[in-house]
Amino acid sequence: MPPRNDRRMGSGAVPRLVTLAASSDSGRNDPASGASAVIEHDPRTDSSDIAARIFAFARFVRASGLPIGISENVDAARVAEICGVTDRERLRWGLRSLFCKTRDDFERFDELFDRFWSTDEAKTKVAVIEGRGRGVRGAVTDRDAGGTAVNEATDGLAAGSGTTQSGASTREGIARQDFRHFTQEEELHALAALVERLAMRIRRRAMHRLEISKSGKRLDFRTTIRRSLPYGGVPLKPAFRLHKRRQTTLVLLLDVSGSMNLYSMLFLRFARAITRAFDRVEVFLFHTSLVRITEALAEHSIDRMKQSMEVISAGWAGGTRIGASIAELNERYAARVLSGQPIVIIVSDGLDTGPPAQLTQELRELRRRARRLVWLNPLLGRKGYAPTAKGMSAALPYLDAFLPAHNLASLEALEPYLVSL
Amino acid sequence: MQDLAEIQARFEAAGYITEHGLALAVGLADELRRPLLIEGEAGVGKTAVAKAMADAFGRVLIRLQCYEGLDINSAVYEWNYQRQLMTIKLYENEHHSPQEVQHEIFSEEYLLKRPLLRAICMSEAPVLLIDEIDRADEEFEAYLLEVLSDYQISVPELGTITAISKPCVILTSNATRELSDALRRRCLYYYLPFPSYEKELRIVTIRVPEVSRKLACQVVSFVQSLRTQDLRKKPGIAETLDWTAALLGLRISSLDDDAEKVAQSLMCLLKTRQDQMAADAETVQRLIAQSVAAADASAQ
Repeated sequence: MPPRNDRRMGSGAVPRLVTLAASSDSGRNDPASGASAVIEHDPRTDSSDIAARIFAFARFVRASGLPIGISENVDAARVAEICGVTDRERLRWGLRSLFCKTRDDFERFDELFDRFWSTDEAKTKVAVIEGRGRGVRGAVTDRDAGGTAVNEATDGLAAGSGTTQSGASTREGIARQDFRHFTQEEELHALAALVERLAMRIRRRAMHRLEISKSGKRLDFRTTIRRSLPYGGVPLKPAFRLHKRRQTTLVLLLDVSGSMNLYSMLFLRFARAITRAFDRVEVFLFHTSLVRITEALAEHSIDRMKQSMEVISAGWAGGTRIGASIAELNERYAARVLSGQPIVIIVSDGLDTGPPAQLTQELRELRRRARRLVWLNPLLGRKGYAPTAKGMSAALPYLDAFLPAHNLASLEALEPYLVSL
Repeated sequence: MQDLAEIQARFEAAGYITEHGLALAVGLADELRRPLLIEGEAGVGKTAVAKAMADAFGRVLIRLQCYEGLDINSAVYEWNYQRQLMTIKLYENEHHSPQEVQHEIFSEEYLLKRPLLRAICMSEAPVLLIDEIDRADEEFEAYLLEVLSDYQISVPELGTITAISKPCVILTSNATRELSDALRRRCLYYYLPFPSYEKELRIVTIRVPEVSRKLACQVVSFVQSLRTQDLRKKPGIAETLDWTAALLGLRISSLDDDAEKVAQSLMCLLKTRQDQMAADAETVQRLIAQSVAAADASAQ
């Protein structure tokens, strides 16, 4: 690589860029990168055009969902200056480090970069960028100098403000949309990520609350005085009394019958992310019988967790037997799991094929041991649904809360039931 | 900014092989004085980047290891209470006004500087490594954000201390916890993947110079294919180096020499019981045969 001393920081950004653009031919002989010039040199190209392209690229990347703020925009010009705009690979690496904030961003960036600059290169006069299938048209004309170019670039490239607005409303839409409407693989992927983020937020608040309640710290005067004796009465080692924190266990019962699979899986990811706010989380799957999968939840990789869960629930057929499953919980796991008044959450559509009498009896038993018994029913979010199924209506009197869990908004509404007990 | 090739050469002299992208990210972090957040699996050499950077740029390395419950007292500063108490005792018999005593005991002399404050007070910009930031609590992360944006720390009794020279900050994360968006936005970012075959081979030959080229090729090829297996903890670069050294110690010159010894030495690479069970004799034999063949092919 030839020495790049000439690329060192100059004081004025704009004139610097001009010289770089003018010397693009020498920069292209770079053997290490073998890159072609990002910006075709055109004698008529104004220096602000280059700054505008970088700026337009930032808008484009931002419209694709990367979090680009003002400081990134400011630094982008400096990065371009430091890396030199004539060496495509250097510019790519530099902007990648600046614009990307997560691994996902990092892996997506190359494609965005290629898409933007190759279109830009192929048509120096008019750059057409396919933005999210809407084919937004963007024009950067080389005759327009300064402000006009910037304006047109911003107007055209993925229509900045328009996208932001529709982005916000889409987000609103996603929060209210029933999980079952998400069918594409990548949609589910994104949804799962959203669910986890939501759980993380709730957990953060929950833990914060624990911190404050923990600060019921009281000086233990007696011990403090006793301990100060070796130091001539100076209380060097004060002693404190702590309020003993109540241990909280969360017990999850997830229905994995065909109709519930999607909801249970998403809720499980929610639960998994929220785990740290509790001292212990116990998870059971049920369908026709009950299986404890607490260990599977500790799996590091989501895919592996999913796999082991699919193995567990495979081969189950016939109707859902909620009553019998809860009976199994009460009998086999009561001592280990239900001690210490846990919060119990049941996620099921309540379509029980067992006798309602059994369900009521077992729920009464469970209610006695639980601090709080919450039933989440995704059907509750659908229009015209009433809990009239035999099992469901029999269960209602024993529940502390009967809530929907069919979209992100309803998961968020769960917070008061999970914290501040 | 220094020339890219120059940075890479200096890093190599410090025993660290970098890709162009990482070298550029380090150069930018130095130039823009924005912190650089490096993520990647355990054992890909995230921490080593900071060490190499300090060596390569001739700077002091200050390291702050994060852990759950890390607080301001152990990360930023603490008053030297014992010394303060002693001073009070000593002053008791002399005639000093309380103000004088107070002024004395809350002077910089009684301040114990912990890594963050130390990094800010250096006259020459150091490299500040904030290791495994994901392990620290959210509150600490928020505090750190404040320090990293202004490069100043306020000590209530003493006033605000502003950085004499802004340190180059490198943060590493294993993604055990999601970092806040605010912190991410503050930083430059680099995702460090497991090294490519060529890169790892260079690392092995540089760090374990006494290894023969043939064995090095076999070892690297074996580890690379082991990483594609379904393992809980994939072996990192440190494990590769350990294993190479172990094989040398066992006087093995080729992986197909002594199957039993090689299989036993795998304890250097597989660190959980499940992984050791997953890599049964048959799989290991297959991988060894593959890597021996691959090494032969590349030698020709």
